[in-house]
Amino acid sequence: MRKVFNIPGGIHPPENKHQSTGTPIAMAPIADTLIIPLSQHIGAPAKPIVEIGDKVLKGQMIAAATGFVSVPVHAPSSGTVSAIGLHPIPHASGMSGRCISITTDGADEWIEHKGVSDYTQLDKAQLLDIIRNAGIAGMGGAGFPAAVKLAGQPNKPIRTLIINGTECEPYITADDMLMRERSEQIVKGIKILAHIIEPEEILIGIEDNKPEALAIMRQAVTGEKMEIVQFPTKYPSGGEKQLIQILTNKEVPKGGLPADIGIVLQNPGTAAAIYQAVVDGKPLISRITTVTGEACENQQNFEVLIGTPMSHLLNLAGFKTAEVNRLIMGGPMMGFALQDYEVPIVKTTNCILAPSQEELPEADQEQACIRCGMCVQACPASLLPQQLYWFSKGKELEKLKSHNLADCIECGCCSYVCPSNIPLVQYYRSSKAAIREHEADQQRAEHSKARFEAREQRLIQEQEAKEAKRKARAEAAQKAKAAKLATAELAQNEDTPTNKDDIIQAAIARSAAKKAAAKNDSASDDPVQAAIERAKAKRVGGTVEAERAEQKVEKLEKKLATAETKFAQAKDAGSDKLAAFQAGIDKINQQLADAKSQLSEPQAKAATVENNADGDASDAIARAQAKRAAGKVADTPEQQIEKLKNRLHKAREKLALAEADNNDKIDAFLSSVATLEQKLASAEKALGESAEN
Amino acid sequence: MAFLRITSPHTHAPTDTATVMRLVLIAAVPGVLALTYFFGAGVLVNIIWASIVAVICEALMLKARGYKVSFFLKDYSAIVTATLLAIAIPPYAPYWVVLVGTAFSIIIGKHLYGGLGNNPFNPAMIGYVVLLISFPIQMTSWAAPVNTLPDQPATLGIFDAIAVIFGFAADGVDAFTMATPLDILKQNSSLLVSDVWAANPQFGRWAGIGWESANFWFAIGGCYLLYRKVFTWHAPITMLIALVFWSALFYDGGSSASGGSPMFHLFSGATMFGAFFIVTDPVTSSTSNRGKIIYGAMIGTLLYVIRVWGNYPDAIAFAVLLANFTAPLIDYYVQPRTYGHAKSSSKNKDQS
Repeated sequence: MRKVFNIPGGIHPPENKHQSTGTPIAMAPIADTLIIPLSQHIGAPAKPIVEIGDKVLKGQMIAAATGFVSVPVHAPSSGTVSAIGLHPIPHASGMSGRCISITTDGADEWIEHKGVSDYTQLDKAQLLDIIRNAGIAGMGGAGFPAAVKLAGQPNKPIRTLIINGTECEPYITADDMLMRERSEQIVKGIKILAHIIEPEEILIGIEDNKPEALAIMRQAVTGEKMEIVQFPTKYPSGGEKQLIQILTNKEVPKGGLPADIGIVLQNPGTAAAIYQAVVDGKPLISRITTVTGEACENQQNFEVLIGTPMSHLLNLAGFKTAEVNRLIMGGPMMGFALQDYEVPIVKTTNCILAPSQEELPEADQEQACIRCGMCVQACPASLLPQQLYWFSKGKELEKLKSHNLADCIECGCCSYVCPSNIPLVQYYRSSKAAIREHEADQQRAEHSKARFEAREQRLIQEQEAKEAKRKARAEAAQKAKAAKLATAELAQNEDTPTNKDDIIQAAIARSAAKKAAAKNDSASDDPVQAAIERAKAKRVGGTVEAERAEQKVEKLEKKLATAETKFAQAKDAGSDKLAAFQAGIDKINQQLADAKSQLSEPQAKAATVENNADGDASDAIARAQAKRAAGKVADTPEQQIEKLKNRLHKAREKLALAEADNNDKIDAFLSSVATLEQKLASAEKALGESAEN
Repeated sequence: MAFLRITSPHTHAPTDTATVMRLVLIAAVPGVLALTYFFGAGVLVNIIWASIVAVICEALMLKARGYKVSFFLKDYSAIVTATLLAIAIPPYAPYWVVLVGTAFSIIIGKHLYGGLGNNPFNPAMIGYVVLLISFPIQMTSWAAPVNTLPDQPATLGIFDAIAVIFGFAADGVDAFTMATPLDILKQNSSLLVSDVWAANPQFGRWAGIGWESANFWFAIGGCYLLYRKVFTWHAPITMLIALVFWSALFYDGGSSASGGSPMFHLFSGATMFGAFFIVTDPVTSSTSNRGKIIYGAMIGTLLYVIRVWGNYPDAIAFAVLLANFTAPLIDYYVQPRTYGHAKSSSKNKDQS
């Protein structure tokens, strides 16, 4: 007899298994419509390979695996694909998932399939292929693709294969009945598994509350290199980690997998499915499901096609709608409540529990935690549930992490024993979600920090590049300056004074012109005068420009002459500054050309101005005079006042604008406004006088 | 149709807080009966009177704090506190002693700290210490156990007890008080332990008459609670072991300087009552199993130290309150090793 080890904690809830073990496994008739979810396993959902309206045969693949951690889906019976789309699926959140619906034809016609006559002739990869293509995912609860688990990792040899026949959850008897009725299939399946992973030992763990299954399985393994291990009933002995501890006294390291310590676990149902896939060539299209709870007349196990609506199965079990208070997939400890009884049976549906109100009453009101520590005694993971509860309530995520919330397997023992009816597992789930969210946030923050830093780096690099360019430019400029300096040395003697005088003169002329213009502006109430002034100013301006250009040309010519003399001298003396002189000469030549062209421009302009200005001015004068005359004739005093008002208004607007812009013409505008005001006053006075008269 | 939308687990053990509290009360019955037999009906009167005061205070506080009074009163926690406190008060102490102690326990010791589950100190012991410090005469006047003296009158009946406690007793009806064995041994400075035994009629086989029995029956009640898994063995048993350890170490065969034998300490004063009904108060003690061991050992040690070298003949209340201080610290440093972890997280914490 093998030594078994105890696990800490655990509970002994009422087992309630006898209700469903009285009758053998019944074959459930085919439902009219089968709804097959594309994701019944952990990993990527399968991809449909049939179209609506397609005829499918029983066992035909209707959706293919996508990726390594994925399994295909097969038609459980023959019929027509009637829909591919969202349908409520069994999930704790009550969400919908992508499903393929098949309207069955009742013929239940198999696709051509063939098993392997001697699997020992096949190598590991071929067998894994068969298992994967048969769509086999762990049938115990999580639905992890069996082939992935069996493939293992090259650096982690498997020493022990454990078959988990514990079924520690109350009510569920699917594995129990399977072991009782199909022990041969299970054992053959295990032999195939052993052929694939070649373990040193094979342990079949069964709780001592299943004496019939134990006896039959013992019988079935006689002569095989397998060992049935019986151990005391306690929930949650069937948890993967717990069973490993019971059978081997080893613990799966935190965050690790059983494979890390050389162990692989499989469910008896999975073993039987593998047998069928390899030996009979049948994919996983049906499973054994316990239908139990007091709301069912006939509590028993059914072999049912995947995709059968739960309502169909419940009706077979004599479901009494009026008595049920909730519908649970799985057991009362870890199962989840369904919101709809049209959801289909999936590969992981080991039990449908339809309890009555008296059977599983709603939880009483939550009371204060009295820190009684019953949860500590019940916890199989050796956590401190009451501390986790405080931290969950206080949202102390760091403390939750340091108290190893992540190692909580949500078995529900703590909630079960809590005398204050605190829904501890719900607190933990919510806190786990909060931690996940928080970590995601942190990751995002981390990410944006990295991005920000990269950007800073880039900006600094750009800045440096700019700086380097600037330096290069500055150096180039320095060189150019040196060259220029040399040129300047040549030209120094004559040009500077003249040049300066010139500039001053030009400036004086410009300012005078401006002044004149300003004067005109300020006195602009008379358009005629203004126009005349403007024209005059223009003429003056033009002349000044032309004069300046002429002077410049003269100066440059002089400069050029000097430079050429110097160049000749240098040439004679064989100076090393020859090149610089040459460059200087070239430059002066260039400047001279520019100046000449400039000269011709103002000259032309000046000429035009001289020719046209008088004409223009006289035209303008004539126009203005005509206007004034017309105005004088037409305007009544009232109109005049009106006009004056308008003008005053406009002038004021202009003043405001100028003020806003801080324009240098503010003074001019101010005086014009003042003048207008005066005029307006006198006009009004005149009007008043005339009215009196 | 609408199903219940509840997450797992869907089933619940048929225990609730009220059941736990009721079990504690039931377990206290043998000890209380033993006390009543030896010290008279005053014990029962105190318990009932304290319970009435406690329920009234609890109701008032619940109402003041905006809780549903009827729902939270049903958890029996106030009655448990009152009973534990009343057991610790001398049987014929005036009514106002119980009144003040119980009110202090419930209002200040419990509710002002946040109510059930949030109080850092054992409310009954808080009440007891307040009384002991405030009213030392009333609190140290224990009735003499029955049949210790040849001319001793019978213990008081229920009506006489009520009359004495509430102060309207006729002349001649009075409780007969006596020093407790712990007191006598503590005051002893010249006699051998065996001589002390011979000189004082209140000593019995192992400890004081009456006290031995009461301790024995409280221990039986405690074993019942252990059997019913209301608490684990860790704290009470380590407390007793620590007490035995220290008293054995300093027994010295019974000289005049002796602190008393291990058996004397186990069956004197409130040892068993304290071990199984006070130390095990879940709210104020450590939570992990290892933490409880440290917590229990600490109380056992403090108990002996205060009894023998301190100023008070018995010290359960002080030892427990001092240990209450340390419980959160113990919890912080003594985490169990979680499945799959190489070490306990508290050890990792120290290393990091």
